[in-house]
Amino acid sequence: MFSYLANPARFMAFSAWAGPIFMAAAAVLFAVGIPWALIYSPADYQQGETVRIMYVHVPAAWWSLGIYAFMGGASLVGLVWRHSLADVAARCAAPIGATFAGVCLISGSLWGAPTWGTWWEWDGRLTSMLVLFIIYLGYLALWSAIEDEERAARLAAILCLVGLINLPIVKFSVDWWSTLHQPASLFRAGGSAIDPSMLGPLLTMAGAFFFLFAGLLMFSMRTAIFRRRVESARLRASQA
Amino acid sequence: MSAFAATFRRELSLMWAGGGALTPLGYFFGATLLVPLAMGPERALLAVAGPPLIWIAAALAMLATLERLFQADLEDGSLDQMLLSPAPLEALTLAKGLALWCVVGLPLALAAAPAAIALQAPVELVPAIVASLALGTAAFAGIGLVGAALTAGVRRGGVLIALIVLPFFAPPIIFGAAVAGGEQVGSAMALVAGCALGAAALGPIAAAAALRLQAE
Amino acid sequence: MSGSGPFQDKMSLRVEQLSLSRGERLLARDLSFEVQAGSYVEIRGGNGTGKTTLLRAIGGYFRPREGRIVFEGVEEPSLALHYVGHLNGLKGGASVRSHLRYWAGLFGVVGEEENALQRLGLRAQADLPARVLSQGQSRRLALTRLVLAPRLLWLLDEPAAGLDAQGKAMLADLISAHCSAGGIALAAVHEPIGPTPTRVLTVGA
Repeated sequence: MFSYLANPARFMAFSAWAGPIFMAAAAVLFAVGIPWALIYSPADYQQGETVRIMYVHVPAAWWSLGIYAFMGGASLVGLVWRHSLADVAARCAAPIGATFAGVCLISGSLWGAPTWGTWWEWDGRLTSMLVLFIIYLGYLALWSAIEDEERAARLAAILCLVGLINLPIVKFSVDWWSTLHQPASLFRAGGSAIDPSMLGPLLTMAGAFFFLFAGLLMFSMRTAIFRRRVESARLRASQA
Repeated sequence: MSAFAATFRRELSLMWAGGGALTPLGYFFGATLLVPLAMGPERALLAVAGPPLIWIAAALAMLATLERLFQADLEDGSLDQMLLSPAPLEALTLAKGLALWCVVGLPLALAAAPAAIALQAPVELVPAIVASLALGTAAFAGIGLVGAALTAGVRRGGVLIALIVLPFFAPPIIFGAAVAGGEQVGSAMALVAGCALGAAALGPIAAAAALRLQAE
Repeated sequence: MSGSGPFQDKMSLRVEQLSLSRGERLLARDLSFEVQAGSYVEIRGGNGTGKTTLLRAIGGYFRPREGRIVFEGVEEPSLALHYVGHLNGLKGGASVRSHLRYWAGLFGVVGEEENALQRLGLRAQADLPARVLSQGQSRRLALTRLVLAPRLLWLLDEPAAGLDAQGKAMLADLISAHCSAGGIALAAVHEPIGPTPTRVLTVGA
């Protein structure tokens, strides 16, 4: 599918209908998932109603990692096959991933206030997510600091891949660090501890976040491609 | 003389002529001086907070040396010549990183001894702090090569390098500060060494890839 | 005369339907030419016509988007060429002699350092730091690389920039000797720099 969509014309045709469909899918899943998560799912026997923050927090965490992995794949394609559509995909995914990481951090902080009694706890997972968030910022900053777009794309791709290799090391080191300092560990979501009645809304919300990402990515890539076309048309007009 | 040795030798003498470790050492001592001024001179507090802060000061001092590392080579045309060498650019990049470690990293590690003592670190921990910083600055140099190569074409890229490089400093800082704090010294030291080896192996590869793009 | 002694291998360079662009701007289209061993080629054209871009493409600094650059009789092009761009590649703090020592190491050659200084008239300046050299002397120092390491193909971008009459004569001698030994020199120039070119290539016309 990647190679099929690699042709920009085919991508534009595909994204013209795929974008709205992804957004519609996200809307439907949110319409189901939000009431399910906030009203119809059970409260936690320990944390009470506050556990519902999980339905935003955990999907945001999953997909901010997932988007980074996607960017890593796109960067590799862009570097090896010099494919400009892959560069555009990585570039356009980054702000979405950074936003998801930010949502994860903020919701984690909001969740921490009632459960830990503090707005921020140096919990292993939250700390790893903070590092990921800063890596996202560095990636975006590097891209915007370099004027030549093609060079910016290649350099940012190298940074993205270096980050991809580093993320497991960062994760390991932060886990090691958090066992050393034994913080209040609260997030057991994603492990076996989760109740099946919570799994349904969680997966629905995760699906909604995914389609939100996919839809936003389509629109953002289309915008980038249109902008590039306008620029080169202007350039041609100025040369003629 | 091999291209690696020639590059190493030239970088050593250029860095030495450019003031060597003087500026980063001054930065390092200045930053550690501010610690007791900010926290108060209480011994117990300093003994806990001092060693980790030494690590942070060393990381920032290394960071401050990175901006011109490849930018100068790009601007004066040296990079064009490096690409015509029979030695791979990765090896030349490694030579530059090694020179940076010798001229800046090792002196910083040695300077950590008086700084640690001044900050009331337990004297028996000082050798471990120096050894861990010697490894840690090697990790910083390896990671720093990548940041410096990625931003070589960016004017006033100092802040950008910091933003790019600092999250990757997390693992060596975590393990290194654990050594400095006297926690699980053996395994933490092994992990810092792992970070140093990994950064020394991967840093030059990524940096060379970035430099080839910079030369385009 | 030592320096670039007769080359064992004959090399030739062929450029096929090369298109050059800077960013989005197209500089040259369908550029094709062939250069045989022993040729001196002058590349002419106004500012911004792509002379430097052409030299850098041949130097392998970037992959052209369209067209091919073929080296015959050479295994690894980057080891068979010299590039003297408008940046001299000097470090102000290092002495003239230490530049030569570094380049010799970098290019993997030995023993030509004194000869190179002699050929470019930099003997008296050998121990001075590069930062005190005049523009012309800096240029001469960059040109010592040509003597230091014998390589078949010379890519010279405005090689005479900043040189005085004596310097220009030295450069002309270098190029003539190189080509008669079977080497190739490609120079981007605004006006003739001395040796009679085998051919003149005009880009961006």
